[in-house]
Amino acid sequence: MDDTRAAPVEPTAYQRFDRYNRLLHGVLMFSFLGLAFTGMPLLFSDAAWAVRLAGLFGGGRSAGILHRTFAVLLIACFVLHVWRLMHRLYVKKELEVLWGPESMTPQPRDIVEMLAHIRWFLRLGPQPRFDHFTYWEKFDYWAVFWGMGIIGGSGLVLWFPEFFSKLLPGSWFNIALLVHGEEGLLAVGFIFTIHFFNSHLRPDKFPMDPVIFTGRVSHHELMEERPAEYERLQRAHRLDEIEVGPAPGWVPTLAKFVALVAVTFGLVMVGLIVYAVLFARL
Amino acid sequence: MTFTSSVPFFLLAACLTATTALAQKPAASAAPKPPTNDDCLACHGDASATGASGRSVAVLPDKFAASIHGQSGIACVDCHADLARSADFPHGEKLAPAACSNCHADPAAQYDAGVHAEARRASKQSVAAACKDCHGTHEIRSSKDPDSLTYHLNLPATCGRCHGNADIIRRGRIAIGDVVAQFQDSIHGQALSKSGLIVAPDCKDCHNAHDIRRKNDPGSKVFRTAVPGTCGKCHEGIQRRYQHGVHGDALAKGRPDAPVCVTCHSAHQIQRTEGSTWKTHVLRECGTCHPESKRTFRDTFHGQETQLGFMRVATCADCHGAHDIYPKSDARSMVSSARVVETCRKCHPGSSASFAKYDPHADRHSHARNPMLFYTSKFMEALLIGVFAFFGVHTALWASRAVKPDVQVKPRRPDAGRRSQE
Repeated sequence: MDDTRAAPVEPTAYQRFDRYNRLLHGVLMFSFLGLAFTGMPLLFSDAAWAVRLAGLFGGGRSAGILHRTFAVLLIACFVLHVWRLMHRLYVKKELEVLWGPESMTPQPRDIVEMLAHIRWFLRLGPQPRFDHFTYWEKFDYWAVFWGMGIIGGSGLVLWFPEFFSKLLPGSWFNIALLVHGEEGLLAVGFIFTIHFFNSHLRPDKFPMDPVIFTGRVSHHELMEERPAEYERLQRAHRLDEIEVGPAPGWVPTLAKFVALVAVTFGLVMVGLIVYAVLFARL
Repeated sequence: MTFTSSVPFFLLAACLTATTALAQKPAASAAPKPPTNDDCLACHGDASATGASGRSVAVLPDKFAASIHGQSGIACVDCHADLARSADFPHGEKLAPAACSNCHADPAAQYDAGVHAEARRASKQSVAAACKDCHGTHEIRSSKDPDSLTYHLNLPATCGRCHGNADIIRRGRIAIGDVVAQFQDSIHGQALSKSGLIVAPDCKDCHNAHDIRRKNDPGSKVFRTAVPGTCGKCHEGIQRRYQHGVHGDALAKGRPDAPVCVTCHSAHQIQRTEGSTWKTHVLRECGTCHPESKRTFRDTFHGQETQLGFMRVATCADCHGAHDIYPKSDARSMVSSARVVETCRKCHPGSSASFAKYDPHADRHSHARNPMLFYTSKFMEALLIGVFAFFGVHTALWASRAVKPDVQVKPRRPDAGRRSQE
């Protein structure tokens, strides 16, 4: 608690996500919504809404073309992300990408914090003192990462079956089709409920956390929500490295609009899936 | 005696007169001379002539003259035979019905065997058609005459006078309903009415003209086992392929569930098979007997896409063929190991033996059919349930904790941040 907190209450903001990551998240969000809306009609083709939803995209054929277009966007997103990771690791030699508080790698502290968090839910202990990435954020990240591999890979097999039949027997296409659909369902269900809640809809963030759009967290937020990070940075005298001015006024407005649209679309999709599972399939 | 148009009409007339004369021999000496057509038309030729009930009794001389009977010199009293012996004119209101069978014995006998006659025998109030309902009365023309009610291109409309009439359908308890409307929209109806194709079938080509029978009458042309022969009159090549295929074979073996032409194509709503409506339709049709195949089809890509109305994707007949369907074990089958690659290539030009190992009817619930798919499916189910169960509870707990604000002061641990120190 020293001089770095000289003007603590006023609008000091710290950078959490840089422009590159914000942009990638934007593209990810857009393409993911597109993939969900063009893909789910096929998975729930026996539901009445599926035909109408596919019709909004110009029918099954053009929904398929759009699905593949969004897929190309998302794959590009993934490639850019991995490319940057590799750059940080091999060119800039940033080993903290691999381990430590700034790494996405699951670490023992994640288990400890998860258990502590659950104890806190049950009023059995204090709130854990999170660092840069929490365990649920890592889960979100790896769910997408794994999903990209599984859904993207199986999707490519289904896109180019004639080519892949040179590498795999056709019976694998059946597996690919099943896995593509079920993983897609998992991803859509997870992002549109759990991720939305964890990041936006939980009471202390409701209706949204604009951090992924503005890239900024306030001094107060950082101290309150990630005290371990705050203290670590403070000790290392690195807080001023990440200190940024407030976001331009239009950014939070746009963020609110985009997030509202995305959350609405996502929840509508969840509603359609639940409806289909409960009424059309049983 | 049968009327034959090739016989010169004077011979016929002479013959008819002779028959009538013979039949009336006992009373001949006392009988007055029968009225001539001109005698009759003296009253009935007036377009406004009515009977006591106000019903028109007019016989338009031109129309009668143009009719086949008028052309062949048939006398009024040849049909209205009871008036040949009558001396009182104007005659009474009630006349015996004209007996067409006197001359047209064969069609009458065929008619007697049919469903219309059966209905009329069963009830005096029957609405079932008699001769005049289809052929008309005084204006009857040869069925080869384009103005005839029974001319090939006109027949559906003529049958439709009853089979397209809601009141008669109801009173006659005609189960199939407005069948003429169905027919008019079908490929056969369109061929007749829109394309004017004289070779397209009208009602009688499948049902007969006079010997029309119920479809459950084994003597009917539309009795189940007779249907392939009836359709095969025109679609001979298809009939031959059908007979070789698994469905024709089953029919020949007397299987009661063997499909015939109408089972898949319907009887009166036959569509072009190129259209997308047909591709959806055929799924429903095949699916009624092969529900498992339909279910597993729906569970895979082709089935899901077609469900969304994307019809460039294969449905049943694209892989299995239409009429010459064989069991998979038969080398002639389009899905036999000998031919399946060739079949896939119709849509997927680059397909290979490996490609053709894709199962378009894969069943994730069947261990026997594909164990790898079965276990993958189970794994995916477990993964989904696991993730949503864990995070469902996690979210619920978090939500309930977060909405109720902390009563106690949040404890600040003095050793905070220790773990993050490297």
